[in-house]
Amino acid sequence: MAKLIMFTILAVIILVAAIFCVSTKRIMRAATALLFVLFGVAGIYFILDYTFLGATQISIYAGGITMMYIFAIHLVNKRTLQGLSERWSSKRSVVAAITSLIGLSTVVFILLKNKFIKETLSTATSSGELSMDIVGNTLMSPEKYGYVLPFEFISIFLLACIIGGLVILNINKKREEK
Amino acid sequence: MFDFSIVAKWFDNLLRVTCGLGDFWVILIECVLVGLAILLAYALLAIVLIFMERKVCAYFQCRIGPVRVGWWGTLQVLADVLKMLVKEIFVVDKADKLLYYLAPFLVIVASVGTFSFLPWNKGAEILDFNVGIFLVTAISSIGVVGIFIAGWASNNKYSVLSAMRGAVQMISYELSLGLCIISAVILTGTMQISGIVEAQTGPWQWLIFQGHIPAVLAFIVFCVAGNAEANRGPFDLAEAESELTAGYHTEYSGMGFGFYYLAEYLNLFVVSGLAATVFLGGWAPINIGIEGFDTVMNYIPGILWFLGKTFFVVFLLMWIRWTFPRLRVDQILNLEWKFLMPLSLIILVLMTICVAFNWTFTIV
Repeated sequence: MAKLIMFTILAVIILVAAIFCVSTKRIMRAATALLFVLFGVAGIYFILDYTFLGATQISIYAGGITMMYIFAIHLVNKRTLQGLSERWSSKRSVVAAITSLIGLSTVVFILLKNKFIKETLSTATSSGELSMDIVGNTLMSPEKYGYVLPFEFISIFLLACIIGGLVILNINKKREEK
Repeated sequence: MFDFSIVAKWFDNLLRVTCGLGDFWVILIECVLVGLAILLAYALLAIVLIFMERKVCAYFQCRIGPVRVGWWGTLQVLADVLKMLVKEIFVVDKADKLLYYLAPFLVIVASVGTFSFLPWNKGAEILDFNVGIFLVTAISSIGVVGIFIAGWASNNKYSVLSAMRGAVQMISYELSLGLCIISAVILTGTMQISGIVEAQTGPWQWLIFQGHIPAVLAFIVFCVAGNAEANRGPFDLAEAESELTAGYHTEYSGMGFGFYYLAEYLNLFVVSGLAATVFLGGWAPINIGIEGFDTVMNYIPGILWFLGKTFFVVFLLMWIRWTFPRLRVDQILNLEWKFLMPLSLIILVLMTICVAFNWTFTIV
């Protein structure tokens, strides 16, 4: 009962925010609405008792959306920022329609193929909060169903990003010195 | 040691058995009551903190501070609150109204959210997830969004500048804050806040004693980063009044401004509370291994220990705020990225070594 009510509230928030996100003219409002969609998803993780993922979602996207605001201010032209640019253009809406159709079909295909709706409905017993020990051990374990390889890949990827950022910064500095 | 869960269980039984209510209603009533208690404590603590700040600031500047309203100026803050409540709320021309009204709520949500994680007493932790301390840092980062939106939606160049500074500063300092917490988590072996405090009960078991050198270093880094995270002290360049009028809340009046004001002080309290919880043992009384002394200390209720430690850290941070001059933005970023973050990484490694080789300080 309580879970159903919470789920309904979250679902309404997610849907309304998502529609507002794509339909608003101002980019800052769109980014804020996106934030609410992501927080709503985090709330659903909490309902599913996967608190670690929910906490990660909040912590990553609160910072991430702030970065997005900064990029929006830096990269978007003034007319769009003030909400003066036109909303619909026929060419773009065709592309958007195709993209959203592809997205929808992918999601529906996965939903139908994996049949996990039936499974979750049949095994309605919730196992309670997932303990942090299990999450940590699985993340760092090299055994079957362990995630140490993807974890290391992400670390290397981030390291490459940091080094790339430093290189670009140094190139700019050298140019300024000349 | 007084265990608050006795009271909680008694109340739960009262609702369930004596009144015969169902599961749903019992939880609903308890949640509403706890929520009210949190908000009440929030407002009261804000008043206490604002009064304390004004007095501490006054004495550091060789003045006596507010003395006219009420005895020794005690009613001054209430008068301020009243003034703030009756002020007119206006919107800036051509500003984004939706975001303008939304921003203070995000800030206050982050502040109340982190506030409700604090462990008040044994058995009186309100939100106690198994990812507790991680979730605290996650929720506190919502405040950054609020500050940034406020600056942007004010349609004021000073506000945007201040919002940029605030965002950069808070996102940077979250790193060393998180790393210090992680080194504490390594020592206690749990992220649950009640578990972290539980690990610190017993003779000389506060983390700052238990983890000796790395823990003391982590505590210092935590205080510095926490001060920056709360946008205070030498790190308050987001609201540098001499350059940016008042920063991101320049265009807010009435309770809009009031929310930022509240959130600023409560963030100070939350940061100090977390420092007290993680490093100084939360509600755990000081025990030195001599039985008579320990029994006496255990008779003092946990909430007094917690508030005492927290206000000690609050005073420490206020002392820093009114002693040091404000830093420039490049100095702040240098401090974080070139000193504090490498230092907290070193602390992390040191702590791991200490824990792995069992070099922690324990009296068996």
